[in-house]
Amino acid sequence: MEITTRGLWTLVHGMGFGALYLLACSGALVELWRRYAPNDLSPVNERDEALLRWYLLSMAVLAWITVLTGTYIIYPWYRAVPPVGTVNLTGYPQRLLLSNVATGGWHSIGMEWKEHVAWLVPISITMAFAVFNKHRRNLRNHPELRAAVLSFMMISFLAAGIAGFFGAMLNKHAPVEGGQTIHLMQGESR
Amino acid sequence: MSSQSASTPKPAAQAMTNGSGAAAVLAAGVGSFSLAVLAIASDKLPAIKSLMNFYRPTGPLSGVTTTAVFVWLMLWIVLRWRWRDRNLAMGRVGRVALVLLVLSLLLTFPPIADLF
Repeated sequence: MEITTRGLWTLVHGMGFGALYLLACSGALVELWRRYAPNDLSPVNERDEALLRWYLLSMAVLAWITVLTGTYIIYPWYRAVPPVGTVNLTGYPQRLLLSNVATGGWHSIGMEWKEHVAWLVPISITMAFAVFNKHRRNLRNHPELRAAVLSFMMISFLAAGIAGFFGAMLNKHAPVEGGQTIHLMQGESR
Repeated sequence: MSSQSASTPKPAAQAMTNGSGAAAVLAAGVGSFSLAVLAIASDKLPAIKSLMNFYRPTGPLSGVTTTAVFVWLMLWIVLRWRWRDRNLAMGRVGRVALVLLVLSLLLTFPPIADLF
């Protein structure tokens, strides 16, 4: 069982940071929807409040790490230009996808959308954290502000889902591979 | 003196204004929209594409995202400073910001971006 360093980075970026953000999103949406509704009479204690503050902060950090690793570590490997005359395009995912009409759309639509739409996520969730950090339980007194934050979080969930879906499909059709090989475990061979 | 103090009603706790929240929401909407506009501009205009090439291995995406984040943060700081003690029509601010965010989502979709 082996993995290359580029493969490992892609795994950490998508399955680690990105997937964790998607998982966390539903929890934050439910908590903000349920506990901070204007007509909810149940008291919010400081522990609940602190939990959501740390939760949203963690989501913002995750979102930033995801887009920064994607844009500045993995994307350069993805869009690398092969030397003239290269026949085997395995190490050049963008060129590999564009070399076939059947897979070209994964780049021209999938990656082109993913690389931009993903950046809406950290902007939205950072705003959500900042608003909650300032207003906390007082958000119940500002239903329209709460509605705006919830809407941004739902769009960020959608944007992260789009980026995640295309990331997975791109990696399926043209995986980002290369660099050193890391031996994970010795398996049985027949 | 003590009886006078006791009879003086305490001032009502000042309600928190929504200005800083409105600033954060609107700045996020405008920042997202600027990202979509810059992405289209760098795709269609070679001069902008070249200008946005902040970091060669990442290409124009580096400039598009860095500039959009800069626009977002600067606008946030300015609006927060101007609106910090104000109560705004949050419904309207929220709707404008949300429309900008949805437009950003749509405008970054290549078949729509290619219409320009």
